Amino acid sequence: MRRGRGSLLAYKVILSEADIHRVLDRIAHQILEKTQGASDVVLLGVATRGVPLAHRLAERINAFEQVKLPVGTLDITLYRDDLARQSIRAVGRTELPSGGIDGCQVILVDDVLYSGRTVRAALDAISDLGRPAAVQLAVLVDRGHRQLPIRADYVGKNIPTSLAEQVKVLLSEVDGVDEVRLATSGASAEPSGAQSGSVQ
Amino acid sequence: MIKHLLSAADLDAVTATQIHDIAAEMATVAGREVKKLPTLRGRTVVNLFYEDSTRTRTSFEVAAKRLSADVVNFSAKGSSVEKGESLKDTAWTLQAMGADAVVIRHPASGAPHRLTHWVHGSVLNAGDGTHEHPTQALLDTYTMRSRMGKVEGLNVAIVGDVLHSRVARSNALLLHTLGAKVTLVGPPTLVPPAFGSLTPSLGVSYDFDSVLPHADVVMMLRVQKERMNAAFFPSSQEYYKRYGLDSARLRRMPDHAIVMHPGPMNRGVEIAPEVADSPRSTIVEQVANGVSVRMACLYLLLGGRS
Repeated sequence: MRRGRGSLLAYKVILSEADIHRVLDRIAHQILEKTQGASDVVLLGVATRGVPLAHRLAERINAFEQVKLPVGTLDITLYRDDLARQSIRAVGRTELPSGGIDGCQVILVDDVLYSGRTVRAALDAISDLGRPAAVQLAVLVDRGHRQLPIRADYVGKNIPTSLAEQVKVLLSEVDGVDEVRLATSGASAEPSGAQSGSVQ
Repeated sequence: MIKHLLSAADLDAVTATQIHDIAAEMATVAGREVKKLPTLRGRTVVNLFYEDSTRTRTSFEVAAKRLSADVVNFSAKGSSVEKGESLKDTAWTLQAMGADAVVIRHPASGAPHRLTHWVHGSVLNAGDGTHEHPTQALLDTYTMRSRMGKVEGLNVAIVGDVLHSRVARSNALLLHTLGAKVTLVGPPTLVPPAFGSLTPSLGVSYDFDSVLPHADVVMMLRVQKERMNAAFFPSSQEYYKRYGLDSARLRRMPDHAIVMHPGPMNRGVEIAPEVADSPRSTIVEQVANGVSVRMACLYLLLGGRS
């Protein structure tokens, strides 16, 4: 167990920086294999941390196969089903690649798969934005506890958790460090000053 | 977060900028094939209009519908109001019907404020008497930001019937909050010196031509014929000559300066047709931006737990 920065709260590191690199390499290869060369594939990162993950996957796929995949950003705030129960949330950017997503294989990329409600909201958003040929899901961590019949096509690491635990993905682009942390009940995996993640 | 939107003075710079940012995202919905978001599904928005205003009512209606809210239009004309029902009783009726937000336009200044005491939902002021029209100020400043890249530091001339204009009042307040310099321009009968104390940095001028070369934004106001119950100026020709924006005056403005008008326009009274239709005019943009800004306001007032 380690101590969180600036706090006395304890957490365990589940994936280190090197682990995250290896996991993303593997997912990139799996995407190439499953999509048979990744032609007509679009990566859509779910804000916030899905976006840098999508860009990293695109870089790796380009390095492995010299295929430049378009990357977009999807903010699902306006599609959430718990808006009325939460305090107001800032709306982020949604930006599709210039070619759009019609007829493409869209790969949604997010950091943590939890209840499945974020993915459901993302699927609703995608159906308003165009008509892809197929939608797949890539996540860095699957922590279980699904509330909807949703599963990921590409999983970096399955982490069986209890409901009392928190999984926090930190990425250098957003948080200045690459790490996946698991905090136990009463503790927090939050880095000091970081925003709380969405319901996943 | 704010519960009601009654006055531009209630908005601080952070909140107004947040509304602008959200409006920019909402604007992308207008370009989509499916111009709809599920955000306010199951919420009811009532448009309570005691004055005719097709433009503002439609703008609020489109904004609410794009967010999937149910919209009820309640017009005073031909309704229980004509049968003598008071605002308070109407409010209780709306409350009983489960209105989550009431968008109100009323000829009496302060009516939206009264309404907040009688309904549980949010109240949005869509124009009260000669008092305020905060969403117009938000959409105008949003339009300035879109065209000029910023609002802070702009020189804005608001020209015409300031006395009767809730648009002028709300704009002066919000522009001050956002760091712009405002000069009110018009005949002394329509721009009383007392208006100069509305905000600390407000200027008042009766000479349009001296203001033009320094203006980044020239906002023309409609000459409100329906409120001209006194001799505020000799004739509309005389007014046009001194305060109308024609091509010659447009040429005296800096090259980057834009022309705004909240509509509806009186072509040939306060603005020349060729100026209204010029690329420097933002009049059509203002209408489109109105929907985006009202979507942002409805989201902020209704999108979260109150």
